[in-house]
Amino acid sequence: MKVGVWEAFLLVLRRELALSFRRPDQLLQPLVFFLIVTTLFPLGLSVQLSLLRDMAPGVLWVAALLSSLLSLDALFKSDADDGTLEQLALSGQGLNVIVMAKTLAHWLVSGAALVLVSPVVGTALAIPEAAFGTMMLSLSLGTLTLSWLGAIGAGLTVGLKRGNVLLSLIVLPLAMPLLIFGAGATDRAISGTSAAGALYLLAALCVLTCTLAPFAATAALRITLE
Amino acid sequence: MRAFWSMGGYARYVWPCFGFAGAVLVWNLWSARGYLAAARIRAVRAMAMDENV
Amino acid sequence: MWTWFYKLASPPYVFGVAAALTPWFFALAALAIGYGTVAGLVFAPPDYQQGDAFRIIYVHAPAAWLSLFAYTTMAVAGSIGLIWRIKMGHAVAAATAPIGASFTLLALVTGSLWGRPMWGTYWAWDPRLTSELILLFLYIGVMSLRPAFEDPARGDRAAALLSIVGVVNVPIIHYSVLWWNSLHQGATVAKIGKPAMPGSMLWPLLSMLLGFMLFYGAVLCIRVRGEVLNRERQATWVREAVKS
Repeated sequence: MKVGVWEAFLLVLRRELALSFRRPDQLLQPLVFFLIVTTLFPLGLSVQLSLLRDMAPGVLWVAALLSSLLSLDALFKSDADDGTLEQLALSGQGLNVIVMAKTLAHWLVSGAALVLVSPVVGTALAIPEAAFGTMMLSLSLGTLTLSWLGAIGAGLTVGLKRGNVLLSLIVLPLAMPLLIFGAGATDRAISGTSAAGALYLLAALCVLTCTLAPFAATAALRITLE
Repeated sequence: MRAFWSMGGYARYVWPCFGFAGAVLVWNLWSARGYLAAARIRAVRAMAMDENV
Repeated sequence: MWTWFYKLASPPYVFGVAAALTPWFFALAALAIGYGTVAGLVFAPPDYQQGDAFRIIYVHAPAAWLSLFAYTTMAVAGSIGLIWRIKMGHAVAAATAPIGASFTLLALVTGSLWGRPMWGTYWAWDPRLTSELILLFLYIGVMSLRPAFEDPARGDRAAALLSIVGVVNVPIIHYSVLWWNSLHQGATVAKIGKPAMPGSMLWPLLSMLLGFMLFYGAVLCIRVRGEVLNRERQATWVREAVKS
């Protein structure tokens, strides 16, 4: 039976989400990590509210980056381990459709979940509620971009022995502009000035990555699989 | 002459820069030649193994 | 007309040409760097604002330029290897990576030493410095990815893909001084029309730039020969080549 591109996309997406929700502990671990890391900074640096507010954007973003990295390793790994990935690649559906579905699923369970939890973290870091909107918007754009950058890195390192260390080494330099604009947008929102410029740049990065990264990630998987 | 060495007071910034630049150039040359030499040795060894087989 | 390009796909040809070019590149590099250093340190007049500290430009600017040029070369060579499956592309990409990384480090260190007297700080998180630092991390990433694969051909292709993804950083570094309010000074030489520098300061700089490029060419030729030998160990032409 001939499955159309859109149906294939939805099928893989549904499968990924079903698999993720079957292991709720795996879903929660990056979130818990996010919460723990954001707690570490105030404990290690300072608990004064005014100082917390100053470092809040950076702390939030570094924590989001690191916890997204944790779950990226698993993006292709389990499917590569049991041979499903090769079957998917041979399936006749474009590998890029499958990669897009998997990456979107990854973002939904990690990045989007982070965005939903971020008001809690924001309160803990003394971010004023007026800045929450910008914070969540910038985190959404940023984590989506990060899922895509991570897909490229995961595609390149799946199956390697010290793959997760290499993954971080590859993804983090690429994610630095993201950090700069994302934290910058949140910072401006906290201090009350317009975050529009930083948000636009962040959105531009997101669009650029979402358009080009699928090709790179698919090419990376082909290199690993062939 | 002393004026030259003191570089208008900036000697401790200027001379380390040129020194490090020289070191980088030398390292590049030395490391590249070592790489080629090691590759040559490995090629000779691979040929020797082929001949023995 | 394009035969010279096709010939470059042949490992023995590349091995031979690189060997022949190396001494020429070195000799010319020595002359250019020699003149540039002497003229830059002795004959160029001190800068009105920066005094003698500006002389750091004679190593800093060529190093920074070369760090970008080498990365671009690595990405282009890698894509030649990836798209057209020409193994010599991967050889050039692998050879150029450590050279480029060392020049990036040189640019960062000399820039830092220049920044201390000029801006009062060894480091600032301004766009150009930050993106140059990111470039160093990208180099390290590519150099770490290649040997991680058991199959060297696969490692080459993965490293090529990664370097292509990272090449987006190169125009960011170059245009960062134009796009953002940067601490780092803007373009000095690459302006259409009259450059901002007087001739006595400019010529040594251009000479150092040329000298560094030629030096890069010389070291690249040596490393490429090593890469070719490593990749073509089993080939018959290698027997004759290593016996000499």
